[in-house]
Amino acid sequence: MNTNEFQAIYVMWLRQMKHFLRFKTRIVTMIVQPLFFLILLGSGFRQATFSSLGDVEYFHFLAPGIVAMAILFSSMFTGVSVLWDKQFGFLQEVLVAPVNRFSIIIGRTLGGATTALVQGFIILFIAIAMGVPIASEIGIITAIIFMVLISFTSVGFGLILASKMNDFQSFPLIMNILIMPLLFISSAFFPVAGDKTLQTIAYANPLFYMVDGLRGSLIGTANVLPIWVSFSVVFVICIIMMALGSYLFSKSEV
Amino acid sequence: MDIIKTNDLTKKFGNLIAVDDITFSVKEGEIFGFLGPNGAGKTTTIKMLTTLLNPTGGTATIANYDIKKQRNEVRKNIGVVFQEPALDPELTGEENLEYHARMYGLSKEKRKSRISDVLKLVDLEDKRKVLVKKYSGGMKRRLEIARGLMHYPTVLFLDEPTLGLDAQTRRAIWAYIKKMNKEENTTIFLTTHYMDEAEYLCNRIGIIDHGKILVIDKILNLKNSVGKDVITFSSSDDDELIRIFEAEKWIEKIKKHDDFVTLGVEKGDEKIPTIIEIAQKHKIKIESISVRKPTLDDVFLSYTGRTIRDQEGQNNSKANIPPRFRRGH
Repeated sequence: MNTNEFQAIYVMWLRQMKHFLRFKTRIVTMIVQPLFFLILLGSGFRQATFSSLGDVEYFHFLAPGIVAMAILFSSMFTGVSVLWDKQFGFLQEVLVAPVNRFSIIIGRTLGGATTALVQGFIILFIAIAMGVPIASEIGIITAIIFMVLISFTSVGFGLILASKMNDFQSFPLIMNILIMPLLFISSAFFPVAGDKTLQTIAYANPLFYMVDGLRGSLIGTANVLPIWVSFSVVFVICIIMMALGSYLFSKSEV
Repeated sequence: MDIIKTNDLTKKFGNLIAVDDITFSVKEGEIFGFLGPNGAGKTTTIKMLTTLLNPTGGTATIANYDIKKQRNEVRKNIGVVFQEPALDPELTGEENLEYHARMYGLSKEKRKSRISDVLKLVDLEDKRKVLVKKYSGGMKRRLEIARGLMHYPTVLFLDEPTLGLDAQTRRAIWAYIKKMNKEENTTIFLTTHYMDEAEYLCNRIGIIDHGKILVIDKILNLKNSVGKDVITFSSSDDDELIRIFEAEKWIEKIKKHDDFVTLGVEKGDEKIPTIIEIAQKHKIKIESISVRKPTLDDVFLSYTGRTIRDQEGQNNSKANIPPRFRRGH
């Protein structure tokens, strides 16, 4: 790989950072929305009892789910925003540059992951400040690994969507009829372990492994599967999504 | 030296042949234009030459690099200004140039000096720190031209460089194109469906229609091929008159169109009385008659059998103005 490729990765990353910092409204919605979920759901369901939670507090259970959600939304948006570049023509400029398309994907993914992780950490710090206990130092490290994997997977998924869609019209549809239900049965907002049917469906849901693994790492309890199992599943899904997303992007003609 | 060479270049989209077996070459330092109506295959040709589309058949080289096998070498040697703006509106003008220069491997010092140079060339120095989304249509075009020049390309491709711009801005863009051709000795390949643009800018043009090149030559030669002057008339019996005129030596070219006839002649104004006289002798009534210097439209008409404007009319569903220009920023 020559210096041009590094420059391309850097440029794509830097561009993402500038966009992130300039879109003030996006920063606000991307942070405020999960905070609303965290605080409102957290205080609303505090009174509810979930038998499968045992003596784990609902708010502590919820926090990792919301962090996962924030990263998921933000990263998916990065992937789908390729559409934006297509509409504004900027994609052509990138595609005629003497650089590998793979470098463009790497730069974009790293950019998306950086912004998503920043958002994820902001939510996490607020949650910790509000009293969510952290299990261990090792837990923090595995949590970061999970956050990175969630981010890469979602960017990949976003790229797949972007290559299959021609405009933003269908994006809200996909969010509402695909992502939201998946999120609901991922145990991000409420435990699924108490209900046998729900749990069976959850096993078929990639988001479940992400949320469960992140929860196990962060609060060290209330996770259904051992962390290494979730990790393996998420890792494989991540590879598949990234590979497919990059492949479809590299094949795209403008 | 030939900077662009194509050989039987072809592109098919399913059953549609967008570019049909075209062969041409462009010399170093030349401004070469493709003139043709919308949908003639101009943009498809540019996309193939700039490695964005794979040709279905044939070959092409840019600065002796093959567009299929040496894509990266080709990309280093070309600058492209697309028909539709390809800028990042959320970045400043300077940032757009800076990022471009990085991807083309310019060193830090070089980037700095070159950005100043090209911004000066297109008179955008005072707008360098302004977000592109605040630029006007003409400013965006100028910035794109500047960006196309950043990495010292051997050839600059301009796809409909003044589409959707007002008359004043078009003039300015033309001046910049001439200037960079002269000052940087950049070879320029442009496409247009504006006669005046082709006439003002190009050393040589190729007339393209339905994916085929009909003729390539210097503009003056093309006009002379139509005749020194063009007389257009309609009469009560065009066919009979044409038959009679075929015997007349002073008429260089006769062409029948749907409801009028054009003649290529020398000293057209002196020939009008003769034509009317001949018609009267044969009891044919001349309904209208006019004489003018040949334009590129006449050239186009003589090669395709219709004017470029007729064609535009047929293609009305394909809006001439790309959606990007319509959206207000």
